[in-house]
Amino acid sequence: MQSRTLKQQQRKFIWAFLAPGILTILVFTTIPALTTLSYSFFKWTGFQRGGFAGFENFQNLFRYPWRNQFVAALSHNVIVFIAVMLIQTSLGILIAYALFRLKRGQRFFRTVTFLPVIFSLVIVGYMWQVMLNSYFGPINKILTDIGLESWAQPWLGQTSTALPALVFINLWRWVGFPAIIFLAGLNAISHDFIEAAQIDGAKEGQIFRKILFPLLAPSMTIITILTFIGAFEWFDLPYVIGGTVGSPAGSTDTLALMFYRLSFGSADSVSNDIGVGSALGVIIFIIVGVGAGVGSNLMRRREVEQ
Amino acid sequence: MINKILTGTFFKAVLLINALMVLLPVFFLFNSSLRETGSFAANPIELARKPAWSNFTQVWAGGEFPNFLKNSLIITLGSLVVILICALSAGFILGRYQFKGNNLIYGFVLTGMLVPAKLAILPLFIQLKWMHLLDSHLGLILVYASGALPAAIFIMAGFFRSLPADIDNAARIDGASEFQLLRLVLAPLVRPGLAIVAIYSAIPIWNDFFLPLVFLQSPEKKTIMQGLTVFFGEYSSQWGVLFAGLTMAALPLIILYLLLSEQFIKGLTAGAVKG
Repeated sequence: MQSRTLKQQQRKFIWAFLAPGILTILVFTTIPALTTLSYSFFKWTGFQRGGFAGFENFQNLFRYPWRNQFVAALSHNVIVFIAVMLIQTSLGILIAYALFRLKRGQRFFRTVTFLPVIFSLVIVGYMWQVMLNSYFGPINKILTDIGLESWAQPWLGQTSTALPALVFINLWRWVGFPAIIFLAGLNAISHDFIEAAQIDGAKEGQIFRKILFPLLAPSMTIITILTFIGAFEWFDLPYVIGGTVGSPAGSTDTLALMFYRLSFGSADSVSNDIGVGSALGVIIFIIVGVGAGVGSNLMRRREVEQ
Repeated sequence: MINKILTGTFFKAVLLINALMVLLPVFFLFNSSLRETGSFAANPIELARKPAWSNFTQVWAGGEFPNFLKNSLIITLGSLVVILICALSAGFILGRYQFKGNNLIYGFVLTGMLVPAKLAILPLFIQLKWMHLLDSHLGLILVYASGALPAAIFIMAGFFRSLPADIDNAARIDGASEFQLLRLVLAPLVRPGLAIVAIYSAIPIWNDFFLPLVFLQSPEKKTIMQGLTVFFGEYSSQWGVLFAGLTMAALPLIILYLLLSEQFIKGLTAGAVKG
């Protein structure tokens, strides 16, 4: 009998301690997320909810006037994901390996490499807006000074270079992150493997390709998944630089920006459409969830055990 | 032999170029903050030989800027208090007790990690309005806490699980209540976890501008990163002042990072690196 009251007391204690955290998540994350889902199935006029709409809002995304915006924004997200994987991730591995084989001064270079990751994207965005300014930006000034005047151009002001410039700024801010993750992956690899290969006369390039790189697979999985999520939820940097409409001429538009416009309206399309906006939110969530889930399953299978 | 020296030089060059790429724009930012606005037109890249400290006093004098900083501090520290208390207690339970519903709660926290707060922004907006938490620091604190908590609870649960079970029993035999067990015995042992959670959650909150943009409207309540956008409108033609504002917004974290770089790196990569 006494042990039963003790058990009951312990149960009360357990739930009392779980409650603050669980309730906070429930009220400010779970319920709003589920509400987004429900919003997407209703007609909306401004902030006024109308009748049940079935899948109408989802279908509207693939019809005029949203279809073109949706396709363009989605294609930018895809391009950014591929570009970041190709450029940022390989540079991350290169920097990580350079740090890995450095015997002295690793701490200094590690600190510098990771520094931009702590910068707010507002600061990064404004700083690079000035750096790349066509008239008084240092980049064009340097190009002109070294005789490459023809290369100087309004990097962020023309459709052909705006998205690549954003990818570059993103690279500046983020490359330290994969570098540190891969460095941790390299440090976790047993030295026996490397020594054994060295004794067998393997060259450095061979050791990296045949031994270190395959053993980096778990880090690669994590970086790929995080890059995928980041690319399809890309908002902060394009917003700071191109505003809500993805200037110039929608060339830096993304799904998250379109979602923001549909939710709150914007300078060029005055009215919002909460129904279509919520449908887009649900679609982004499905892309990210399914992509990350399937991706991590596929990649985990290719990982090798040490 | 020559080959070895060449590859060695190559990898050192990679690190040097990378360091220059990182540091030159930051140096440009600091240097420009000390230049007279008039001198930019003649040459955008020039050393500030006679530092114009007046740029900084001008930023500070308006009274707006210190207020933005204060608001950011309140919101970040407020969120941190909520996150640390909730993650410590929930992590303690999930990491140390077997009870009915354990797995259910775990799954719930896991799904919380997958939901991006941004996509729930509209219902959240309407809900906060209804709760009278719109345009309020407390509302923002709760939203930030909710966003950071799933990962924070996971990290803390992991730290609690890694402690040997004997500690609990020894404390109980000595007559400690469950609360005393947490407060006096276990909490000091999971301090490294709390440090990781603190950095993991505080940095993105301090740096964020999206949620304040949507949830805070009163000018006197705005945060530093949100305030910067206002500031840029006001001083769009005064380059020196503009850079001084950027520098002042960036400096607190840079200084903290230089002092605690190991903890920062560990904290911000928590979840992506095992162990």
